[in-house]
Amino acid sequence: MAAADSYPDDLKYHPEHDWARIEGDEAVLGITWFAQDALGELVHFEAPTQGSHTKKDSTYGEVESVKAVSDVIAPLSGEVLEVNQAVVDAPETVNEDPYGAGWLVRIRLEDPSEVDTLLDAEAYKQLLAEQ
Amino acid sequence: MSATLLRTPLYDRHLGLGARLVPFAGWEMPVQYDGVIQEHRAVRTDAGVFDVSHMGEIEVEGPRAHELLQGLLSNHLDKIAPGEAQYTLLTNERGGIIDDLIAYRLERCRYLLIVNASNRETDYAWLKAHEIGGSDVRDVSDEYALLAVQGPHAIAKLGLEPAPRNSFAEVQIDGVEAMANRTGYTGEDGCELLCMAEDAGALWDAVLARAIVPCGLGARDTLRLEACLPLHGNDISPDTDPISAGLGFTCALDKEFTGVTEIRRVKEQGPERRLVAFVMTEKAIPRQGMPIEGGGEVTSGSHSPMLDVGIGMGYVPSARAAPETVLTIDVRGKPRRARVVKKPIYKREG
Repeated sequence: MAAADSYPDDLKYHPEHDWARIEGDEAVLGITWFAQDALGELVHFEAPTQGSHTKKDSTYGEVESVKAVSDVIAPLSGEVLEVNQAVVDAPETVNEDPYGAGWLVRIRLEDPSEVDTLLDAEAYKQLLAEQ
Repeated sequence: MSATLLRTPLYDRHLGLGARLVPFAGWEMPVQYDGVIQEHRAVRTDAGVFDVSHMGEIEVEGPRAHELLQGLLSNHLDKIAPGEAQYTLLTNERGGIIDDLIAYRLERCRYLLIVNASNRETDYAWLKAHEIGGSDVRDVSDEYALLAVQGPHAIAKLGLEPAPRNSFAEVQIDGVEAMANRTGYTGEDGCELLCMAEDAGALWDAVLARAIVPCGLGARDTLRLEACLPLHGNDISPDTDPISAGLGFTCALDKEFTGVTEIRRVKEQGPERRLVAFVMTEKAIPRQGMPIEGGGEVTSGSHSPMLDVGIGMGYVPSARAAPETVLTIDVRGKPRRARVVKKPIYKREG
């Protein structure tokens, strides 16, 4: 498990503990260090199908640990271009590397202006500190 | 977290080990230390220790203690002598299971019952209400702590001699006195160490010093589910009978005890539904309360750390209870296939 908490500066964050890495008109989505730590070792990722659509602030998948199920909330709206099969096959990848190998899906943005509503790393860390 | 939660004598040690504590049956208990899956594997391959001091201890003593318990518990107490213990059920008039427990025969006329934490008060009230002259029922839970040491290397690491299952004896672990009962709730070899509450810290430290891994209730649940040991409140309850639950082996139907008439009837007619074990054949994790197509419900479900698939137990109509039967489970609106398997779901080779 990724031992220490970390929130990279190059990512955008959603208050429901999801992150987005903006790459042109696409984005890679995942869950934050805080989310994976709260859940514990992940054992299942119920992934969306390729070609389906995420809607900002709505559920697009589920992650499960031995004890708990959690919805994964989309930080941005878009079409799902790719699902990380490595996480479907080995969900603990998310615990080991939540911002790298443990990404969940890649989407094509449908409304790039939504990006402005997300938190930067400082604001997300502030939110965690207040919880 | 509520200030009214009870704490075992090992609470500070759990905090010191970085355990994640959760409320369970009115107690603040460690659900995991370093991770459920690694703790689970430690018990399957080596040895782990669980603080189960939240469990209740009820002592029944007196010249008619045996007679009282023979009439209230399902198993036959004549099968055990002083120094032996027995898995048994406390049943109601409808043949339902008030609790499942272990009865230790301490002396010919003195028993100690180790009961589920969540049923401690109910069990005590039931026993007290049925008390007869010449039997004395006392809740002695606060006097004791209980450590379950489980795994293929548990007995050797504790420095204990091999002994028959369900036998118990007084032992010393590095100078700390305890009663070691060869039982457990994981499907592995091992024992449960009962000691005085004030000795719990020293016993815990001695066990950890023998390179036995601290394990939380998370791993305890996945271990018992792989072993198909029922959890009261999930798989069995005052509304389920022992025959449907596959616990007929704990019922001495040739003696009289509360609810025996109803249990005999279910046994004769055959139960309408049965508690089965199943393994998911599609990627999904079954959870308690999920409907099973064709009538039935998941009573326990989780991920099997040894098989790396979703596993569970649930009640299904008897016609669908045979191994290899395909079940469809409603996983939050999505149908997911499972296969009925023979119990236990997992057993270590050799």
